[in-house]
Amino acid sequence: MQGEAMAELLAVEGLTKTYPGVVANQEVSFTIKAGEVHALLGENGAGKSTLVKMIYGLVRPDAGRMRLRGAAYAPAEPRAARAAGVAMVFQHFSLFEALNVAENVALGMENPPPMGALAARIQQVSDAYGLPLEPERRLGDLSAGERQRVEIIRCLLQDPKLLIMDEPTSVLTPQEVETLFRTLRQLAAEGTAILYISHKLEEIRALCDTATILRRGRVVTICTPAERSARELAELMVGEALTAPARRDRPRGAVALEVRNLSLPSPMAFGTALAGISLTVRGGQVLGIAGVAGNGQDELLLALSGEIGSAPGTIWVAGTDLAQAGPNARRRAGLVTAPEERLGHAAAPDMTLVENALLSGAARKGLVARGFIDWPKARAFAEAVVQRFDVRTPGVGVAARALSGGNLQKFVIGREILQDPAVVVVNQPTWGVDAAAAAAIRQALLDLAAAGAAVVCISQDLDELLEIADDFAALNGGRLTPTRPVQGLTIDQIGLMMGGAHGLEVAHHGL
Amino acid sequence: MLRLEKRPNPSRGWTAATPVLAVALTMIAGGIMFAALGKNPFEAIRIIFWDPLFNPQFASYSRPQLLVKAAPLILIAVGLSLGFKAGIWNIGAEGQYIMGAIAGAGVGLAFYPAQGWYIFPLMVLAGGVGGWLWAMIPALLRTRFATSEILVSLLLVYVAQAILASMSLGLLRNPEGGGFPGSRNLAQYPAAANPELIGGSGVHWGVVAALVAVIATTILLQRHILGFQVRLAGQAPRAARFAGVSPNRLVVLCLGISGALAGLAGLFEVAGPAGQISIDFGSNYGFTAIIVAFLGRLNPIGILLAGLLMALTYIGGELSQFLLGLPAAAIQAFQGMLLFFLLALDLLSNYRIHWTARGGR
Repeated sequence: MQGEAMAELLAVEGLTKTYPGVVANQEVSFTIKAGEVHALLGENGAGKSTLVKMIYGLVRPDAGRMRLRGAAYAPAEPRAARAAGVAMVFQHFSLFEALNVAENVALGMENPPPMGALAARIQQVSDAYGLPLEPERRLGDLSAGERQRVEIIRCLLQDPKLLIMDEPTSVLTPQEVETLFRTLRQLAAEGTAILYISHKLEEIRALCDTATILRRGRVVTICTPAERSARELAELMVGEALTAPARRDRPRGAVALEVRNLSLPSPMAFGTALAGISLTVRGGQVLGIAGVAGNGQDELLLALSGEIGSAPGTIWVAGTDLAQAGPNARRRAGLVTAPEERLGHAAAPDMTLVENALLSGAARKGLVARGFIDWPKARAFAEAVVQRFDVRTPGVGVAARALSGGNLQKFVIGREILQDPAVVVVNQPTWGVDAAAAAAIRQALLDLAAAGAAVVCISQDLDELLEIADDFAALNGGRLTPTRPVQGLTIDQIGLMMGGAHGLEVAHHGL
Repeated sequence: MLRLEKRPNPSRGWTAATPVLAVALTMIAGGIMFAALGKNPFEAIRIIFWDPLFNPQFASYSRPQLLVKAAPLILIAVGLSLGFKAGIWNIGAEGQYIMGAIAGAGVGLAFYPAQGWYIFPLMVLAGGVGGWLWAMIPALLRTRFATSEILVSLLLVYVAQAILASMSLGLLRNPEGGGFPGSRNLAQYPAAANPELIGGSGVHWGVVAALVAVIATTILLQRHILGFQVRLAGQAPRAARFAGVSPNRLVVLCLGISGALAGLAGLFEVAGPAGQISIDFGSNYGFTAIIVAFLGRLNPIGILLAGLLMALTYIGGELSQFLLGLPAAAIQAFQGMLLFFLLALDLLSNYRIHWTARGGR
């Protein structure tokens, strides 16, 4: 497209949207040209989702205008946006597992053609864009990457001029990311504009022509990502200089946590059963467990926290068999955990921070004496967590749901760390958390390891794992790959570990 | 178009105002209902709420009745509220109340005509155990077979009523009663009686028990780990498991406590105000206690006030039937309205209401 003047496709001028208590977007203006891959960058809470919802017609702006190909553009609902040529692939798919690909695509269309013609179109489009898909396959049998292809093809069949993609690579293995990028570049070459929302800086630098960076609802800058380093982009997003977590060589202590051949059926309806999981973690060591969501992470955490009992002899902490012990017995033995779902699992949303501190800290911090709660002690513990981990909150008497995602996560992880554990297991410690809070959490985990504790970090974020882990394993279909040192691991090796070094074995659902 | 928006923090102001507002709205709606029935609404409301307490003609009779009617409601409701908070629904308190009465009366009658200080305490114990055992049936079925405690406890009410009838006609029938169904009058058997402790006030051991239960439950909920676990299990079951709460243990404990308290209420009633085991002994206290529990917002002090209020509507209702000819069903509808308005207004402490123009937000 060199030398060709790209026509302006979407012009956004002065969009503003306010919700009670928060300004989601303030005077946001930028332009997207036809055939341009335009990134929308920003931390969580910066206003990306609200902005995109306004473009797609889910939300009405309080002020400002939009122009699509010169004409005024103000969709009242997504149907109007789609009719105007704007399509969106959401982060969380709206697909039905029991139906096949063609039926799912038909559900998303205004006037679907007959099944035969539709199947042929799907085949045609998927081949043309390098997204192989069979129209008759049941959705429940597809991987996350394949499901995303269904979403994309559903959009492409409506011939969009602007394709919006919301955090598309959070569910993809590195190889699948490459496939997606090839497709997007092809679309761009044909004149479709792409609005790419992400916080993954290296991807944006590799793929996107222009980037609009949002911070606290305002446009900070519009730049060319390839001309900036990832660190510069991060600093623009956050607005302050970031320091990479200090990783020092730590001496390894004795074996703190040992899992031997753990197999467990899943308690959830569409969960993944665990099969023969074995791992060893020593004091001072950080073990990173990677894996795309739905491969047994929740089940592993439930087994380690004690919410589900396992067969005797499968879980050992400092030489004691804890497989049949409940959560508080494990806490007393030095094993603490932080689940993924912070509201509803790690913390009770309607309870205060003091009560939430009691929830997990009762056993190790001596907050209960002969059945009676020592409220002043619990309060002091909560205040210590808030202080030490810079949790932004008006006080410890507020409900957990009043805190922002990042602050609540700092509290939840901090609560476990301040219990001085021997082993801490965290699941997705920084999902949905702003960059500054995420950095603080990772540093806290590293500091804990430096103090001699064993840390297990289960995460979908490869960058995070490569940053803090000493050793690396991947959870795939309920099985754990052998552990390898992070030093010298290549992206391809990681992709293979995550994507199935076990060949084509299907995940054992609901065993 | 109405839109609900969740508040970041539950509103203290609304939580306190809701019961008062619910009572006010019930008075208005009830007044309209009474007017539709052809009665003067203001007079009806006055007779229900004001006269029983302050009318010089009736008050000396109806005031003590207030405590008599309120005590079993409060005692049972306090026990129920623990379970309700945890999401454990004991709907069969009426059955546990009946079985506690039968067990306690049975023990008392077994000692007849002996005298001794130990008889009444044993009856109280039997009453509590009787109610506890009856509640253990739904508890064990739920923990072993995951059956619904709502259905099991409710259906057991009918079994208890059948057993009550059988006892009145058979095992516990008064041999000197001339062949009529019903046991001896326990209130007239000094060792087994639950008499009025302070003359003219209506205070009997059941009232004392209700007060103790309110205080004990307040302490339990605020200061004891079990109270915390109950609240946690009701609000966030996954977080409760994470905190190490055993759901089965909680089910057994909550059903056990509410069964025992309901059984105690039955015992105090049968040895006091009711006097004897008879076929119509059950007066629906077990079901009305459910309304009282929610009217009191599952809080012991609230239940104390709600129990008194409900007792007032019972007594006032009887008075209005007598004075105005209002049908009994109208009073029951009135009590139901109270619960309805309370639950509807409860929404406001967690959500804010917005009026918006159609289409888009």
